[in-house]
Amino acid sequence: MTVSGKSAGGRWRWLMYLVLCLAASFFLMPVYMMVVTALKDPAEISLDTAWQLPSVWNWASFADAWSAFAPKLRNSLVLTITASAASALLGSLNGYVFAKWPFRGAKVVFALILFGMFIPYQAILIPLFGFIRAIGLYGTIWGLVVVHTVYGLPITTLIFRNYYMDIPNSLIEASALEGAGFFAIYRYVVFPLSLPGFVVVIIWQFTQIWNEFLFAVSLSNPASQPITVALAQLAGGEAVRWNLPMAGALLAALPTLLVYIVFGRYFVRGLLAGSVKG
Amino acid sequence: MRWRKHTNQITGFLVVLPSIVLIGVFVYGFIGRAIWVSLTDWGKDPSQALALKPVTRFIGLENYRELFTGLIDARFRQDMVSTVFFTLFFLAGCLLLGLLLAIVIDHKPRGEGFFRGVFLFPFALSFVVTGTIWRWLLQPGGGVNVLPTLVGLPPARFAWLTSRTQVWRFDWNHLPVIVGLIAAAVLAGLAVAARRAGRRRRAVVTALAGAAALGLAIGVAPGWRPLPYPEPHGFNLAFVGIILAAVWQMAGYTMALYLAGLTGIPEELREAAVVEGANEWQLYTRIILPMMAPITLSATIVLGHISLKIFDLVFAMAGPDNSWTDVPALLMFITTFRGNQFAKGAAIGVILLLLVALIIVPYLRSQLREGARE
Repeated sequence: MTVSGKSAGGRWRWLMYLVLCLAASFFLMPVYMMVVTALKDPAEISLDTAWQLPSVWNWASFADAWSAFAPKLRNSLVLTITASAASALLGSLNGYVFAKWPFRGAKVVFALILFGMFIPYQAILIPLFGFIRAIGLYGTIWGLVVVHTVYGLPITTLIFRNYYMDIPNSLIEASALEGAGFFAIYRYVVFPLSLPGFVVVIIWQFTQIWNEFLFAVSLSNPASQPITVALAQLAGGEAVRWNLPMAGALLAALPTLLVYIVFGRYFVRGLLAGSVKG
Repeated sequence: MRWRKHTNQITGFLVVLPSIVLIGVFVYGFIGRAIWVSLTDWGKDPSQALALKPVTRFIGLENYRELFTGLIDARFRQDMVSTVFFTLFFLAGCLLLGLLLAIVIDHKPRGEGFFRGVFLFPFALSFVVTGTIWRWLLQPGGGVNVLPTLVGLPPARFAWLTSRTQVWRFDWNHLPVIVGLIAAAVLAGLAVAARRAGRRRRAVVTALAGAAALGLAIGVAPGWRPLPYPEPHGFNLAFVGIILAAVWQMAGYTMALYLAGLTGIPEELREAAVVEGANEWQLYTRIILPMMAPITLSATIVLGHISLKIFDLVFAMAGPDNSWTDVPALLMFITTFRGNQFAKGAAIGVILLLLVALIIVPYLRSQLREGARE
């Protein structure tokens, strides 16, 4: 055998490409269907010809979906940006403490915080609903901002803590010797090194919050609805004209897809951190 | 200097304190509150359900008893069965496809980056988007069903999301026996694993526990029938399409996990194995796959807990009111916000939490311990 373990012999290479192409068509088929259906005239959409290209490109679907969804997209954008930024900032401070100044009992506290990221939110939904209503934020975007910030803390704290573990302790100690205090060290040593960490965390939170549905459907009203709720309602109605939900799905998917395409590498880092230990 | 370190730790604690309070209230406080609600009759009396200050009574475990053995809650029991089947197929699909794709990508084909991107992009989508698209793909007379006609075959006739066929049916009354047997089998497996790892005491303890479970399953459980009548439950075929969509979304994620593991295997190890005369097949089955075991465990836990919580995908694909594609997470939502049965909704939420905690708590413990050892 002349090949090393990693590059398969020529005999099997065609099989490898066959697998790749089959898998790629499985993953891309729904995208094709979404785009093609979105571009059809409602009258032209029928189940037998679902796979065929439209005879006339009907761009109006996107205009319609846009006018229906623009306010919801705005809601999602405000919610996602605010809650991502807030949970990232808090997570960064928490991560700094857990990585560099662990107080007594920090390990247990850290574990208890982490557990929060795995709980099924159905388990806290009823008290949460009551709480958000009691503080007068039910049906507003700000209620969702609070909720996503708090439930985002476990993952943002985890990612930052693991990230800051790699900053050498000697660097922190040297700064402390020179008289820098807790916040000065964060401000002048840790924070400037944090940019990649912030990119990973913000991308992760952006994707999660943009895509979230359970809190969105339980705590919003039509005026404050994020895009996922609006899309589910549009597609779930009776006698659907499918070009509209498909165009809407594309609009709803676009922001996270763009983030994925532009920042793919950081996206994967967040994904790996989500399984707890790097 | 030590004094300095000490003040910084105190400052650190104060900085983390707001987060501790928030998590304390939003996670643990609310869990406690939900457990309390699940022990009351909130929602049983419709006139009190939506009152601003509802009058509720403590009724102990009554809601839980009804869910598992009450006449009206058969839907919950079917949902539990559905979740178990869904989880098994979803896990198998993601792990097998994810591993296959990771191995292929790891061979550095031409266009590697493109293919990896294509396999992983669904993970960036919302389950609602995925559900909307697949709902259209799986319409009874179209989409996937007309695919065979593209190559000249007759169209498929499967009613993906509306099928009423149920397979692998069993009587709910046999559940105690089934659970006992499964527990015995799992404990036996753990005992063998512990013995192989040379931990004799642990092996003996788990083996004894397994024997006890077997004894209970055969000796005691057959006499305990939760229901006075037979109640068949099984795997609803309407879930096949939802499993397909879920695998479509999460297989790339599993691939990424495996890929991170595969790239971590040093090239020298592969070369050494090849020099020793191992062929490609042996290289994978003997050396690489065993090294992937921890990743399989992580992936199983993460995917498993996603699967137990699955809600949005089902909501978007089959709607909230299709009882043939119902899961506990969805039933909790309907029971609470449509039926105003708050106490029962809380009970379903708590049961979900217990199921998730059962797999997450040991996992977190072992992960954090490993992390501390480094």
